[in-house]
Amino acid sequence: MANIGLRGIEKYFGANYVIRQLNLEIADGEFVVLLGPSGCGKTTTLRAIAGLEEIDSGLITIDERPVQDLPPGERDIAFVFQLFALYPHLTAFENIAFPLRATGETRAEIERKVKDVAASLRIEPLLAKRPSALSGGDLQRVAIGRALVRRPKALLMDEPIGALDAKLREDMRAELKRLHIENGTTSVYVTHDQVEAMSLADRVAVMNDGVLQQVGTPSEVYLHPVNLFVAQFVGSPVMNIVPAEIRPDGAETAVAIGGGPAFAFPGELAARLGAALPAGHELVVGVRPEAVRVAREAAPGLRPVEAHFIEPLGAYDIVDLKVGERLIKARTPSGFVRRPGEAVWARLDVPQVHFFDATSGDVLKLEPAHG
Amino acid sequence: MAMVASPGKRIRNRLAIAAVLVVTLIFLAPIYWIGSTAFKPRDQATSVPPTVFFTPETTAFVKLFTKRVQLRQPVEPETYAAAPWWEQRIFDGGERVLRVKGEVQLSAYPSRFMNSLIVAITSTVLAVGMGTLTAYGFSRFRVPAENDWLFFILSTRMLPPVVVAIPMFLMYRAIGLTDSHLGLIILYTAFNLSFSVWLMKGFMDEIPKEYEEAALVDGYTRMQAFWKIVLPEAVTGIAATAVFCFIIAWNEYAFALIMTNRRAQTAPPFIPAQVGSGLTDWTTIAAGTFLFLLPVAIFTFALRHHLLRGVTFGAIRK
Ligand SMILES: Nc1ncnc2c1ncn2[C@@H]1O[C@H](COP(=O)(O)OP(=O)(O)OP(=O)(O)O)[C@@H](O)[C@H]1O
Ligand SMILES: [Mg+2]
Repeated sequence: MANIGLRGIEKYFGANYVIRQLNLEIADGEFVVLLGPSGCGKTTTLRAIAGLEEIDSGLITIDERPVQDLPPGERDIAFVFQLFALYPHLTAFENIAFPLRATGETRAEIERKVKDVAASLRIEPLLAKRPSALSGGDLQRVAIGRALVRRPKALLMDEPIGALDAKLREDMRAELKRLHIENGTTSVYVTHDQVEAMSLADRVAVMNDGVLQQVGTPSEVYLHPVNLFVAQFVGSPVMNIVPAEIRPDGAETAVAIGGGPAFAFPGELAARLGAALPAGHELVVGVRPEAVRVAREAAPGLRPVEAHFIEPLGAYDIVDLKVGERLIKARTPSGFVRRPGEAVWARLDVPQVHFFDATSGDVLKLEPAHG
Repeated sequence: MAMVASPGKRIRNRLAIAAVLVVTLIFLAPIYWIGSTAFKPRDQATSVPPTVFFTPETTAFVKLFTKRVQLRQPVEPETYAAAPWWEQRIFDGGERVLRVKGEVQLSAYPSRFMNSLIVAITSTVLAVGMGTLTAYGFSRFRVPAENDWLFFILSTRMLPPVVVAIPMFLMYRAIGLTDSHLGLIILYTAFNLSFSVWLMKGFMDEIPKEYEEAALVDGYTRMQAFWKIVLPEAVTGIAATAVFCFIIAWNEYAFALIMTNRRAQTAPPFIPAQVGSGLTDWTTIAAGTFLFLLPVAIFTFALRHHLLRGVTFGAIRK
């Protein structure tokens, strides 16, 4: 086991600038998920760590040792590919034993290690079968077995369960989590599925267009996104992003959305926003559906809105509220709003409202205004 | 599923089977003709209408393999009785086997047949081997101007052999490669290589590069990964390519006719050369032709499982 360091990684494919000045430190035993949309460079980053892709500049360390110039075989890592990459002409046993054969271990040793790993993955009955006779989930277990059998310093996984159906993905997620807890192998896991990222990761590293956007625990990334990209990429349904008009209103700050009713915020907000937002930049408000509180009765602080569309999702509903000229998604208990067109009341949960500089996309850090 | 087919479907099925039978018969007819002629007595070989029922005999094959001379007078009964069965067949035809110092003199056929085997097998092994490696390179590495190279390789096949045969012959004569095994092997290898590269490139592209990358990560070298992973995965393609290359090399006529005349002559130019020298013995020619058909048939039959997968590769894989 080992820590992994990525310092100033840059990668071009021809003129395509795929990884841009990427810095990331992964601690020993940590499970880090690289999360981002398709084509953002996740796979390339992972392959660079494995040595399957050469980088143009930067430093990659495993266990504090620079490895960027070593061939993959000398980095002591294991890689799980999205399509499993199990050899069709070998049995499950031989597939798992394959990495051990490279190091010339004795037959008895190989037998013992394969059996051990198979036991922990609960695939002993499948060892004699060929990949063509295995189901998707079992293929994945065998692939993971092949990766773990050598006890590598780090385990790299590229969308390892992306090809499975939804139910199986959920099972495998739990299983991966269990394996990580049991083995504690430093892991880097690539996915574009934020649910997967949130449920597996110790820390999530969100990427876009080759740029690392934010690294943090799942809740940090979810609760305190550093920019509009992270705010909208993480979380489902997506965070509401709406232009807003801010003005001081007596002891309070009025935040008017879509030219409609103004929501009341603490009085010092206006000054802080004024200090944080560069002159001439637009401001947008970001609020997750669960931070939009809906009530059927009027009460102080609530503003009248109209339910526009109701999307029942079983455990809860997502209701599109018409706020002024804008639609904002709110999350309500199921059946709370009974029909579209109903007039209801809403407020925004102040601590969960984010303000972004629409021009740069960055979140506005609201330092207490001085002086 | 046990389903009762509708009458329309049944009729269509029957028609399809009948069509397959007819086509098969049409294709097998010439092969049957050659095969049966090889086993017919000589006087029935060219009878019109063709004899259908006859007592098969092996005389034609004995003649095919031996040098013979006309008997001036009938053999002594005791010589006949002492002779082995195959020699008796020759005596029956009014000939005797030519012997030099007691050694039976073989005809040219076995050596021509051997030439064909040597040239076809060696050039197939070379073309498929080099083609596999080249295709692997094109498939896995970034080759500058890859498509231009591939087109160039294909273009070497664009001129019909007869067009290049004469200039090739002149070049071969200048460097002393005419009528040599090496000359034909080089020619057939070059000829088949483009085909082999293109075919193998398709098969290599079908093998996920993750297979080797997984092996590389596990500590194998690229060469080891190639031997342990790529080759076993490519057997199907290699078998299919080998069959095609072998058929082309085995049947090649134009180059063999021009480039060879004796020592390295292969069967295709040799067999027809027997026709028309005096009274043509069609049974012997049929026997030679019949044997000539066997290697390709055996080779193809031996690799049939790979072939069925190979020619439909990609369509039915998984
Ligand atoms: N071998 C390659 N040659 C040229 N360009 C490549 C190569 N591999 C990837 N790219 C490009 O690099 C960019 C990043 O690709 P990468 O595969 O890392 O994305 P990703 O985040 O893994 O996406 P996905 O979620 O679709 O797997 C893409 O624009 C892709 O087209
Ligand atoms: Mg990817």
